[in-house]
Amino acid sequence: MAASTSLLKESPLDPSCAAYDHTVLAGDHWLHPVKKGQVLRIVDVEGNQAADTLFYNLHEPLDRYSASDTIRRGHNLYLSTGTTLYSTRSHALLTIVADTCGRHDTLGGACSRESNTMRYSFDVEPMHACRDSFICGVQQWGHGMNKRDITCNINFFMNVPVTPDGGLSFADGISGPNRYVELRAEMDVMCLISNCPQLNNPCNAYNPTPVRVLIWD
Amino acid sequence: MEPIYEIELTGAGMWSRVISRGKTLRLTDLTGGANVGMLLYHAPERHERYNMPDTLKGQHIFYLRAPYGIHSDMGRLFASITGDTCGWHDTVCGTSDAELVEERYGVHNFQEARNEFYRNGRECFLIELAKWGLGERDLVPNINFFSKVVADVDGNLSYMEGHSKAGDHVDLRFEMDTLVVLNTCQHPLHPSTPYDPRPVKLSVFPNATPTMEDATMTVRPENARAYRNTLDYYLLSR
Repeated sequence: MAASTSLLKESPLDPSCAAYDHTVLAGDHWLHPVKKGQVLRIVDVEGNQAADTLFYNLHEPLDRYSASDTIRRGHNLYLSTGTTLYSTRSHALLTIVADTCGRHDTLGGACSRESNTMRYSFDVEPMHACRDSFICGVQQWGHGMNKRDITCNINFFMNVPVTPDGGLSFADGISGPNRYVELRAEMDVMCLISNCPQLNNPCNAYNPTPVRVLIWD
Repeated sequence: MEPIYEIELTGAGMWSRVISRGKTLRLTDLTGGANVGMLLYHAPERHERYNMPDTLKGQHIFYLRAPYGIHSDMGRLFASITGDTCGWHDTVCGTSDAELVEERYGVHNFQEARNEFYRNGRECFLIELAKWGLGERDLVPNINFFSKVVADVDGNLSYMEGHSKAGDHVDLRFEMDTLVVLNTCQHPLHPSTPYDPRPVKLSVFPNATPTMEDATMTVRPENARAYRNTLDYYLLSR
C-alpha cells in the first residue's frame, strides 16, 4: 500500500554542514540529546531497516514519548511530515519536518526476547532483541531507569498498515536506501534508538543494516 | 451463575483490585455509550504490564474482541476475552487528561459541582496506581472497552458513536494473577458534549481452567505460545 505522496518532503539541510554525524550499526543502540531547535535526521542507509526510537524530556525522564497521546492528538495512526510527537504530560517533543519515506509506525512496538517466543517460536529466545538494547540505553543514561521506563516506541521506516475492518499486518517496507525522516526538537529531548536486530521478520529481508543519525544546530 | 462479587461504578468512577487466575470479570455497559479505560499489571511483579504493541502484533489485529487475548510485555497472557456482545474495543487512543477535559467541557470543580466535578482518565489512573506503589512510569497505552475507533487507508481515525448499547458486556477470563486498574471516564475521542460519562457494572465469576483447545489459544498460534509461557511461570513459581 503506497503512502500518501503529499506527505513526502525533502529537506534543504546539507549533511556536510551537520554538527553531528554518526552511524548506528545493526543491532546497536544510540543515546544522545537533541536540544530545542536542533534538527535530527535518521537515515535508512540500505533500506527497509527499523529504527526503534524512544524520546524523553531531557530534564525530566518521567515525561516521555506517548504513542497514544500522539495518535489521539493527531487523529492519525501513522507518523509523517507535519506530525507532532507528544509526551505523556502532553508536551510537544518534536515535529517531523521532512520525510522521504512517507509513513512510520507507532503501533508495533519493539521486539523483546520474551515476545519473540510468543511471535515466532520458543527456540529464538536467546536472539538479540530491541528491548535489550533499550534496557542498555536507559541504564547508560542513569536516573535509576529500567524496563518500567521503556514505553511503546516509534518504528521509523516500518510499515504496519491497519485495514478499515481492523486487520493489522507487517507489510513490506515502503522505505528504501538513503530515505530519511527529519525531526525538529520542540524542547530538549533525549533520543534512544535501538537499531533493530530482528532476524525473524521478512520486512528487512532477515538482514539488519545500519542507520545514520545527523544533527544540525 | 451468581457472581461472587458485584459493584456498580458511576461515570468517571475508578476501581483497582487484584483478580486471580481462574476468575472472570464481566464489564456491563448499563446505559449504553460507556467506556472502561483499563490497565493490567502482574500482581506480584508489577513491572510486568499490559503491552498494546505485543497484543496487536501478536494477533494481527488493531482492536480487541472475543476470542482474542490480552498480552503482557513478558510474552505471557493476562486474560482471554471469552464473552463479548460488543465486538470491538479500542486499544490505541489512550485516555483523556485535564487539558482535554477543560478544552472540551470547561471547568467544573468540586467547589461548585461537589461530586459531579469533572475528572479525567489520566488522573484516575494515577490515583489508583499510587495505591499499589505505581505511578507515571507505569502509564502505558490502555484498553478502552466498549469504544470503537476505525482507521481509513491513510490512518485517519473515526470514533463510532452509538457502538455500545445498554446491556452490552465483555468477559475477561484471567490467566494470571492480575492487578486490574480501571476508570469509567469518556473515551478521549468521544465527540459529544456535555460531559456525560456512563455507569458500568463489574461482576466477577469463577471459571474452569482453560485447555489448549480453548478458542483464545487456537485463534492465533501466538496466543497458544503466550499461554504456554504463562503456564511455565506458574510451574516454577507455585
